[in-house]
Amino acid sequence: MELFNLGIRSIFIDNMVFAYFLGMCSFLAVSKKVSTALGLGAAVIFVLTITVPLNWVLNEFVLKEGALAFAGETFAAVDLSFLRFIMFIAIIAAMVQLVEMIIEKFAPALYGALGIFLPLIAVNCAILGGSLFMAQRDYTLAEATVYGFGSGTGFFLAIVALAAIREKLKYSHVPNGLKGLGITMLITGLMGIAFMSFMGIDL
Amino acid sequence: MKFLRDLLDKQKPLFQKGGKLENLYYLYEAGETFMFSPNHTTSPRGAQIKDAIDLKRMMITVVIAMIPCLLFGIYNTGNMHYLAIQDASATFGDKFLQGAILVLPIVLVAYAAGGIVEAVFAVIRKHPINEGFLVTGMLIPLIVPATTPLWQVAVATIFAVVIAKEVFGGTGMNILNVAMTARAFLYFAYPAQLSGDTVWTYVGDNAAADGFSGATALAVAYQAGQEGQNAVAELTQHNASIMEGMFSFTNMFVGFIPGSIGETSTLMCLIGAAILLFTGVASWKIMVSAFGGAYLMGLVMNLLAVNEYMALPSHYHLVMGGIAFGIVFMATDPVSASQTESGKWIYGLLIGVLTIIIRVTNPAYPEGIMLAVLFMNVFAPLIDYYVVQANKKRRLQRATV
Repeated sequence: MELFNLGIRSIFIDNMVFAYFLGMCSFLAVSKKVSTALGLGAAVIFVLTITVPLNWVLNEFVLKEGALAFAGETFAAVDLSFLRFIMFIAIIAAMVQLVEMIIEKFAPALYGALGIFLPLIAVNCAILGGSLFMAQRDYTLAEATVYGFGSGTGFFLAIVALAAIREKLKYSHVPNGLKGLGITMLITGLMGIAFMSFMGIDL
Repeated sequence: MKFLRDLLDKQKPLFQKGGKLENLYYLYEAGETFMFSPNHTTSPRGAQIKDAIDLKRMMITVVIAMIPCLLFGIYNTGNMHYLAIQDASATFGDKFLQGAILVLPIVLVAYAAGGIVEAVFAVIRKHPINEGFLVTGMLIPLIVPATTPLWQVAVATIFAVVIAKEVFGGTGMNILNVAMTARAFLYFAYPAQLSGDTVWTYVGDNAAADGFSGATALAVAYQAGQEGQNAVAELTQHNASIMEGMFSFTNMFVGFIPGSIGETSTLMCLIGAAILLFTGVASWKIMVSAFGGAYLMGLVMNLLAVNEYMALPSHYHLVMGGIAFGIVFMATDPVSASQTESGKWIYGLLIGVLTIIIRVTNPAYPEGIMLAVLFMNVFAPLIDYYVVQANKKRRLQRATV
């Protein structure tokens, strides 16, 4: 039940995009078509679900203060948490590389459509943010997995909804100065108001 | 009538191409088509006409459907005022007058502020002004408390018309419901004037009578849930010294309760719904599924029943707060709702379900219909997208067999 609540919370209440404004760059840039957004969203879910637990293991057994105690008395007081950023990024980059190869092999069309944004997932702040929140909030392994999956799903929902809106926007008559990113940012703001419906729920 | 027509015809050359006021053509056009039906015809080949209804007549129908709510709202605003100060000598006329003094300025301000913005955009962007704004300008006053400062009404209307509608190109192209955006803006920007127990009833210079509480039914029920008291009993006892059974089921259905101006009466909303459904302007699928969704979610809450609010009988949820008004007039907005027929079922159902979830579980908001409608507006294009995809798939399958 705790885990279920955490999942719901990370999807709707602590939504990566609307509560923390993380992952904005790909959120705004890869949301022109639903099919592409779907692919990117799925890739983000996948990468988050894998990297958060992996980083949890790394954090728990190597980086945390006193994590190296199993290696002997001398290491008991070592605190490597200042290495968090670089180590987390390294793991994420490796995982993204893997995902990229898999997509290129099995879905070349999607690979072409995602273009530069697939490698850029590596530096997507939502992904690093997921890992850092996990470390900061002292999740257990199970919680970390659920949290990774949940926040990925939150991002997925947001980007797919935005893509559907932008496809519908083809029939609108947006002023020239606002076309493209301008109107997208306005929509993001309006979507943010809608997502306020869940803020404040205490699970 | 002849005199009006002549007057308009005389001025027409001024506004037409080459005329002095060419730039203001759309202002003239708006005035002309407001008073006379336009004589546009379709080409002999091409468009197939099913009905003579156009956007203008459709929008006016919605405005007419809101009139029962408006009149009742005016009366109830005065009624609640005299109830709060316990002045038993007030007649029907007094109450109606007091209500009109409070409500009509809000209506006027919303129309004026929004109308000016609309006209400026129409002239600059060269698109016709149409009656869509008459609906928005009427909806906004009906969903705010009677005590809202007028400048806030103006700011919210301008915000909603510009950000939620005109930047997308005007009527028919917006993503979110314009009136709901105005209310959400007010709610988040000026929470002190839009929530709490004191904003719903105008007390004025007189002091409120002893024992009077301006809390809405939703607030009372939520409080009962927090304190572990039986919600129905709390609702029945509430304000007993002022008015016996103010929050009884029947009275909440009829609507002599505190709340935003036009939404208190479920009965009046249903009369509006009947007009909308009879003329075919609103979708019955959305209304049925939204009410159904709310009722079902109420039953699910009853099953869980972690606190007393959750145990509140499901039919109470349908008459408390603005749910009826929101479903009848906001959720069915043909622009921001789901466009596909099966999409409408899903869209409506989720609005009902979300409303109850927000109401019961989210301590930050007593009422959920506002954010539920906005939330589903955001997801309506996605629902449509998948309904269309599924349809394509089915038809392809049929074609290939």
